[in-house]
Amino acid sequence: MTYKLLGQDFTPPDVLAKVTGTAKYAEDFRAEGMVFCRMLTSPMPHARVRAIDVSAALALPGVLGVLLPSEVTPVQEPNPPILTDEPQFVGAPILAVAAVDETTAQDAIDLIKLDLEPLPFVVDPLHSLHPDGPAARADGNNVGAGGLKLQSLKWTREDFERAQPGTMPMGKSAEDWSYGDVDAGFAQSKVVYDDSFVTASNSHHSLEPRSTFAYWQNGKCFVHGSTQSQSFVVPGLAQYIGIKPDELVYISEFCGGGFGSKGAAFPSMAIPALMARKLNRPVMMRVSRAEEYYIGHARNGFQGRIKLGFGADGRLLAADMYIVQESGAYNGFIDFRNAADALSVVYQPLAMRWRGIPVYTNTPTRSAQRGPGENQIACILEPLMDRAARDLKIDRVQIRNINAPQTGSKVGSNRRNVTSSYLRDAQQQGATRFNWSERVSRSGERRGSKVTGVGVGQAYHPAGFNGFDGLVRITPDGKLHIHTGVGNLGTFSHSGTARIAAEVLQYDWENCIVERGDSRKHLPWNIGQFGSNTSFTMARTNYVAAMDALAKMKEIAARDLGGHADDYAVDGTRIFARSNTHRGMTYAAVAQRAVKLAGKYSGYELPKDINPMTRASATALAGSGLIGVAKDTLPVGGETAAFACAFAEVEVDLETGQHRIIEILNVGDCGTVIHPMGLTTQLKGATVQGISIATLEHLIFDPQNGLPGHVGLYQARPATYLDVPAQLNADWVNKPDPTSPMGTKGIGEPPLGAAASAVICAISDALGGHVFNRTPIKTDMVLNVAMKRPAAHSPLQVNTD
Amino acid sequence: MGDGASGLNLGQEAEAVRVSRREFIKRVIASGAVASAATYVYGGLSGCAKQGGSVAGGVERLISLNVNGQVRRVDVLPQETLAMTLRYKLGLTGTKLGCDRGECGACTVMLNDITHNSCSVLTHSVRDRMVTTVEGVGGPNGELHPVQQAFIDELSPQCGFCTPGQVVSAVALLKRNPHPTRDECRAAMAGNLCRCGAYDNYLNGVMRAAGTGAA
Repeated sequence: MTYKLLGQDFTPPDVLAKVTGTAKYAEDFRAEGMVFCRMLTSPMPHARVRAIDVSAALALPGVLGVLLPSEVTPVQEPNPPILTDEPQFVGAPILAVAAVDETTAQDAIDLIKLDLEPLPFVVDPLHSLHPDGPAARADGNNVGAGGLKLQSLKWTREDFERAQPGTMPMGKSAEDWSYGDVDAGFAQSKVVYDDSFVTASNSHHSLEPRSTFAYWQNGKCFVHGSTQSQSFVVPGLAQYIGIKPDELVYISEFCGGGFGSKGAAFPSMAIPALMARKLNRPVMMRVSRAEEYYIGHARNGFQGRIKLGFGADGRLLAADMYIVQESGAYNGFIDFRNAADALSVVYQPLAMRWRGIPVYTNTPTRSAQRGPGENQIACILEPLMDRAARDLKIDRVQIRNINAPQTGSKVGSNRRNVTSSYLRDAQQQGATRFNWSERVSRSGERRGSKVTGVGVGQAYHPAGFNGFDGLVRITPDGKLHIHTGVGNLGTFSHSGTARIAAEVLQYDWENCIVERGDSRKHLPWNIGQFGSNTSFTMARTNYVAAMDALAKMKEIAARDLGGHADDYAVDGTRIFARSNTHRGMTYAAVAQRAVKLAGKYSGYELPKDINPMTRASATALAGSGLIGVAKDTLPVGGETAAFACAFAEVEVDLETGQHRIIEILNVGDCGTVIHPMGLTTQLKGATVQGISIATLEHLIFDPQNGLPGHVGLYQARPATYLDVPAQLNADWVNKPDPTSPMGTKGIGEPPLGAAASAVICAISDALGGHVFNRTPIKTDMVLNVAMKRPAAHSPLQVNTD
Repeated sequence: MGDGASGLNLGQEAEAVRVSRREFIKRVIASGAVASAATYVYGGLSGCAKQGGSVAGGVERLISLNVNGQVRRVDVLPQETLAMTLRYKLGLTGTKLGCDRGECGACTVMLNDITHNSCSVLTHSVRDRMVTTVEGVGGPNGELHPVQQAFIDELSPQCGFCTPGQVVSAVALLKRNPHPTRDECRAAMAGNLCRCGAYDNYLNGVMRAAGTGAA
């Protein structure tokens, strides 16, 4: 299929502001009378506030007020509270102080007398599962993340004693599923492996801290926030503030990075809003880098056990996985489940069992991070595929090909089918471009202290949702306004998916305006910009809205010019009769007629099934042009799936433990390509983050005091220019997804796990196939293998440096 | 709302220095040179009051800065960083604060064409230097600097938060080395963190701007 706009590069409208510094992020806004607030955060991993004395703080000149836990909107357990008098991690906000300037606010905080009763705490989930182990919560519950009921779940002493040293005990799980005959699968297997593993938690490190600015005007609360979503934030943030969604004006035109941590409203956003209401002054709350490590979320860590059985032909016959998830102090995310889905779909085991427990720890709030669960598990599973390939003497790309899903293959416990999978194409295309067969022949070559290793890695993520709304408008000047409620995460998909609407109406891009980033722009209800979904979900919403506009244009043309609506076609500026192209009218004229006709044509009559937010937006726009508005009720074909396959060559120095990536290529299975340059940036950015989680990033907590050891970028170690090759490579399989109107689907997340696992497999290859069963792979781990020394940590130890 | 609009100034301290400020302005007008007077007060580039136990309220605060080719008068606290002065006193919010501790490079500005993390420079220390921010790298009539144009052409930014710092670092590099190799670019830009991982695209942009290929 040939498209006018899809598959073409374009300059997204927000790039100019980004390179000139005129792009305004939350902390760049000002208002008359603006004051500052600062948070007082917990110095202990778990404590109860016995007393707070703020008198000296309030007496300090310049101090305007405090906000206490009792004054904020209560949040339902086990969600993170806005402020709390029972902090459950170091850095949990207890109260906030506002002053005429930030220095005064901080001075005031230093004058506050806080009487804290220390409570037991835990930073290792396995400790909390031990019968004598502490619970992260004062109510004694240690399990409950991911929507599970709050509960105390302990393994028995026998469970712990039964496990061999270094292998993960497997007591009662909180959740499990299986399909097929797992035991029979292992019995039939030629090789069976049983491994215990650890994947470290890591921060999102969004470069823009989650600073928020808020003020009240004419009964409405105005919030400038840093979120990767726009419309999706509004209901949750309104609830945090304690107002109705239509009483909130939310502005997030730019967001300095989110990676899953700013997908929905988060509690600290309410602090300046509530403080502003209390003081009747605009309040800026700047969040520091250290505070970002407290309240800025992190990826869930895993401790786990995986048993895999392969037939002699390399087919994965059985898989049995158990994941203990470190969920942080609050609800965390569903990584532990996603990891199981990823295993089930990427390798299509004939039989599989999964068990999981999300365990609370006294560490910061976890949330989704780019490929939550899918990408951690890729780092563990891909090296194990390599081990099977070596033992069975099968090429490492080939064993992945043997097990890869195809369109219609099943995923997860309920055996949904994937709407499309071209992972095999990505494997083959990548292997050819990477010159796999030649490079793999150099595997293990040694020059001085350096050894060459090559690796291949893969990952998966769901790539779309459905059921949201689209809203477009043709104004009487003939321009197309695409109103989009997606955020600005930096993927440019706000505009990429807007081009779907332009494509339907055959518009030139110069005549299109993307309306976004501010609820005053009358935006539709869209899901957040997360989960690799935008290029599918909002392709559908923009498609149905544009189709609605097109139908209305045809009706107007038929009404004014005669004939049937179906007789008409469009060319981007005119609608005309197919039989006589001279019989037609311009888009501008149609829009002017729509305004005159009113009713459904210009937004006075709306579909019944649209969301109240879309209804309010369309109503506000009524009479301003031809309105196309619809809910996405297009057919759903199963689980929309995106895949990526990456290839890496590394050089490992056996004397220093360091490695250098010689070459890396990331190939995405992403459906129809909307925007090649945007896609390239996603594949390459994910490659950098993949390298980062594979070899650099971690959170680390002192087990004695529960203190974080990663409150600076240099400690938590996101990749810099010097950690990645000066040149990265990206490619894609440009094959449409059949359930997306124009074949598009998401791709943001899988290339991260693919790159991470490719690098791990390459390092492993350089070390003769040593499987680490741990991320990140640090230089000391490499050195110990090179020197044939035992590792410095036990296999299930967390918080290792 | 004057000083209050900055949100950083202390009403009471402003009162305390009002008289001396007036005297100071008189002297500025008389001498036509803020820098020399300020140098007298501070005695060097350290940014700290030099002798005799000067305290916060006791030092001159109204100083002139050369920012993007313009002399800007600004009231600066002794402990104030250049990033805060630019962002909260001069309205130049293109300079971003990603860490406020010299780790990320989002606040990169040029001082006499040399890059610095403006979060870690005291404003009082730069009175005799030319400050160039992202707002000042383009032409006098709003023309984009070739680096900015190249970053657009290569779709270098993703979230955009680190971009101003990347722009300034690249401009500074090309000033001292108009034809860098890709590895030289990488070394020069290494202080600018990009969590989106757009390093490759930024390097493409710098190479394009340098006209040495990759375009």
